[in-house]
Amino acid sequence: KPMNFKQPPQFQSKELLTPYNKVTQHNNFYEFGTDKADPHQRAQSLRVDPWSVSISGEVDNPLTLDLDDLRNQFEVQQRIYRLRCVEAWSMVIPWVGISLADVIKKAQPNSKAKYVAFETLFDPQQMPGQSNRRLGGGIEYPYVEGLTIEEATNELSFLALGLYGKTLPPQNGAPVRLVVPWKYGFKSIKSIVSIRLMEQRPPTTWNRLAPHEYGFYANVNPEVDHPRWSQATERRIGEGGLLSAKRIPTEMYNGYGEQVAHLYRNLDLKRNY
Amino acid sequence: MGGRGLVAVKVLMHLLALTPTVLLVVAVGLDKAGGDPVQYIIHFTGKGALNALIATLLITPIARRFGWSWLMQCRRLVGLYVMFYAALHISAFIALDLVFDVKLLASEILKRPYISIGFIAFVIVTALAITSLKSIRKNMGKNWQLLHGSVYPLALLVVWHYYWSVRSDVVEPIFYGVAVLLLLWARWPKVSQWLQAMRRACAKKAAPVNSVR
Repeated sequence: KPMNFKQPPQFQSKELLTPYNKVTQHNNFYEFGTDKADPHQRAQSLRVDPWSVSISGEVDNPLTLDLDDLRNQFEVQQRIYRLRCVEAWSMVIPWVGISLADVIKKAQPNSKAKYVAFETLFDPQQMPGQSNRRLGGGIEYPYVEGLTIEEATNELSFLALGLYGKTLPPQNGAPVRLVVPWKYGFKSIKSIVSIRLMEQRPPTTWNRLAPHEYGFYANVNPEVDHPRWSQATERRIGEGGLLSAKRIPTEMYNGYGEQVAHLYRNLDLKRNY
Repeated sequence: MGGRGLVAVKVLMHLLALTPTVLLVVAVGLDKAGGDPVQYIIHFTGKGALNALIATLLITPIARRFGWSWLMQCRRLVGLYVMFYAALHISAFIALDLVFDVKLLASEILKRPYISIGFIAFVIVTALAITSLKSIRKNMGKNWQLLHGSVYPLALLVVWHYYWSVRSDVVEPIFYGVAVLLLLWARWPKVSQWLQAMRRACAKKAAPVNSVR
């Protein structure tokens, strides 16, 4: 469905966009299978309306928001962000959505709120990967992610409700997903049902599965390689066919250092990968 | 089986072995291999090589069991398809994923264990494919058997490469691993003979050095 949105100039970009069909047919969404083409094929029947997201935990004003609340109570914006997958490919995507900071502010976090935990829908009937180990890649479900409160309230942190001016297709994490563009793609959790503010650092799915390969922070960093491949460059998925891809250098914080580098000033990024 | 029958069987095997390639080309051509088919192609051809390798290793035990000597005459044909799919696999990796970044390729081969293993496996496959030429085979004498016994460690290396390459979906690599172990177990006397022959060959090479001292 088409959406109405503002276009704040600081979040627009002249970079070449990844075409819609590639953004929507090349997805990691293990709940629907581990192949990149699986989510497009298997996720279409996901019921994304009605939907509700609860905001709970260390807040003075716990909320349950349905889709109309998300669209009407917050400013809906288009933001063009680069998406850098930990597998060393990348896209440029025009998301439509709302500021995560605005949503969190509304729930009024208390002084104990140090972290924000996110959870994907758990519904094995609709998400076959959650009940079938082979299909679901052997990860523990529901998928969970987390940010520090400073990261979650950073101006870049975004809850996407759509892309290319239309509501999100299921395979891209409909109806609401996180987008944190300075981090590897797996941090941007899909189909969120719960946002919980916490005092302790929450567990995160890939870190739990392979802690030596995936850290809590997962900031894009060309100088810290994945143990099994280099992160120094990335294959940008753009227009054109198979042989038109380009390999480009990966930027620190995916090029968003100006907005986020201060969050990690006192952190050893080699250890806190 | 007579000459004509054997030719028919071989033609059939070629068709069977090439079918996945045709399916891959069609899938990519019709945009049915996902929005960005690069990983799909790399995965598909890698698995093609592994399947061909399993098929090659199945031939001897099946031919023995049923007394099908004609099947043994197809072993080289099937084995060469391991080379075919391995070459597609590594070409896709270099051309489509690394986009011909040769420096990156070199550093990945040296630094990443799973790519190192894949590369070693590719070198072995290439050596086996080249020496499968009849003229070369004749000239190699006993060394040919010695070299071609490396298909046993090759099978282990390939499965290991697969297991290390996946992010979390280990079910299939483990399945293949079990298959390879069973195939090696089924011909254990031959494998152990080969291991001993290798040990002897290595000892022989080392001996002259010792005698000089």
